Amino acid sequence: MTRSITLGQYIPGESVIHHLNPRLKIVILVLVLVLLFLLETYSGLIFALALAVALFVLAGIPFSYLLRGLRPIFYIALFALIIYFFFTSGGVVLFRIGFLTVESEGVEQGLFIVARLVALVLFSLLVTLTTTPLSLTHGIGFFMKPLRYVGLPTEEVAMIMTVALRFIPTLMEESQRLMRAQLARGADFETGSIFRRARSMVPLIVPLFVSAFRRADELALAMEARGFRIGAKRTRMHQDVILFRDWAVLFFVLALIVLALNINI
Amino acid sequence: MSGQSSIIIEAKNVDFLYSGEWETVTPAVSGISFTVRQGEYVALVGPNGSGKTTLLKLFNALLIPSAGEVLVKGISTVNEGMLPEIRRSCGMIFQNPDNQLVATTVEEDIAFGLENLALPSEEIKKRVLEAAATLGLEKLLKHPPHLLSGGEKQRVAIAGVLVMEPDCILMDEPTAMLDPAGRHAVLEAVQQLHRERGIAVVHVTHFPEEAAGADRVAVLSEGRLVVDGSPEDVMTGLPLLHDLGLRGTTAVELASMLRQDGYPLPPKILHDRELVDSLCSLEQNS
Repeated sequence: MTRSITLGQYIPGESVIHHLNPRLKIVILVLVLVLLFLLETYSGLIFALALAVALFVLAGIPFSYLLRGLRPIFYIALFALIIYFFFTSGGVVLFRIGFLTVESEGVEQGLFIVARLVALVLFSLLVTLTTTPLSLTHGIGFFMKPLRYVGLPTEEVAMIMTVALRFIPTLMEESQRLMRAQLARGADFETGSIFRRARSMVPLIVPLFVSAFRRADELALAMEARGFRIGAKRTRMHQDVILFRDWAVLFFVLALIVLALNINI
Repeated sequence: MSGQSSIIIEAKNVDFLYSGEWETVTPAVSGISFTVRQGEYVALVGPNGSGKTTLLKLFNALLIPSAGEVLVKGISTVNEGMLPEIRRSCGMIFQNPDNQLVATTVEEDIAFGLENLALPSEEIKKRVLEAAATLGLEKLLKHPPHLLSGGEKQRVAIAGVLVMEPDCILMDEPTAMLDPAGRHAVLEAVQQLHRERGIAVVHVTHFPEEAAGADRVAVLSEGRLVVDGSPEDVMTGLPLLHDLGLRGTTAVELASMLRQDGYPLPPKILHDRELVDSLCSLEQNS
């Protein structure tokens, strides 16, 4: 099982969160994200953060993944903090650097925004870490269905996303093979300025594109040979059924949200 | 459709020109009349560019003849409404194992054709499990294709065709990119399906040994059908094969050299075993 999935961020597991229906998981995530924007107090946010961490533990996800997931937002958070610290006035002046002042209101708001950002990322991360990319794709495809009425070929878009998922590892393998082939011919991908390095990638990218187009061609033919036709009705082998358990979780979360908003924590 | 065995594929005087080609260019295939009967194993050989792949694609309506007609179980391939039935009836295995698997797991890939037929999910699951068991893929059902070996990928592709309950499997050099072990496993699987389920096979191949195992061998050259007969007749006709840049089986080539050196070997030696037996009987006689 562990060998079988190396795609995306998914960490295999058997927890309640892993087994939750992917469509409902997406709904719940959206609800929680909305809630996070509605929360106005520190106690509420701290509760949300604690809940997120508790769910990570429940899902059996190592702590390192949590930190790694937060790394991309580090600079955004830092930037937000600086802006808030220096440019929001109000409250007590905490300290002064030249003509810039840091006031308590700014610190308070800055920290609040960052905490909210962290909570947003953690909950989103929880979903992507516990759902296979394929389930996620199907889930998103399901919610795109209404767009069919405005003329978007949603089934086809879902198929495109599935095929993309299928070919990411294949193309990654190929790019590594190309890289080794170029290295064997004396290519240098590691030294020099960033522009030099970018330029040295060109002989890698061109053949990769050529081969990707060739693959796409052959795949289209193979799909056609297996009876795939654009616009034709299809069924799915695995229809994700929403179990009672899934509904129960959804209502539990809804109740929690209503409660949170009513007591206005 | 009476007679000893019914016709699955019938090509009647078929020409095909790739569109956009100049008029002076010779057609990819021309004037081909060819039938594949139920339960037959036909090998298609010929040098590169002789039109083997084109012919194969004409057989399941991936290409439509420029002139003439291809009938699959009596249905002309120009009949667009019948495409799903034609493609169900004649499944195709391509050369590159990587570029014909669509889904992110083995089981979903095997199911792909059935999903296209819009079968109910219970039926799909049942058939996928059966096909996977037939091809020994039970343990790989949840694996993503990129972690499989070439031979396994081709077997997944065969399973994907088998679930459609086909009358005929069209194979375009399915073993060309495989290692010997993978090659053996894939051929074994196809021959088993041919024997046990009476599925017809059209097998494009560069390997003389693979062609020698067929019921019938057809040789193409420059888009034309040159010979069509039993492997004993076709694969032992070395002058023609050599003219086209093809080879006979090892036994055929060896027997021919031995005959040149004066060994009185019988004609039509095709397989290694026959050669060995003939040589041994020579030994005993002298």
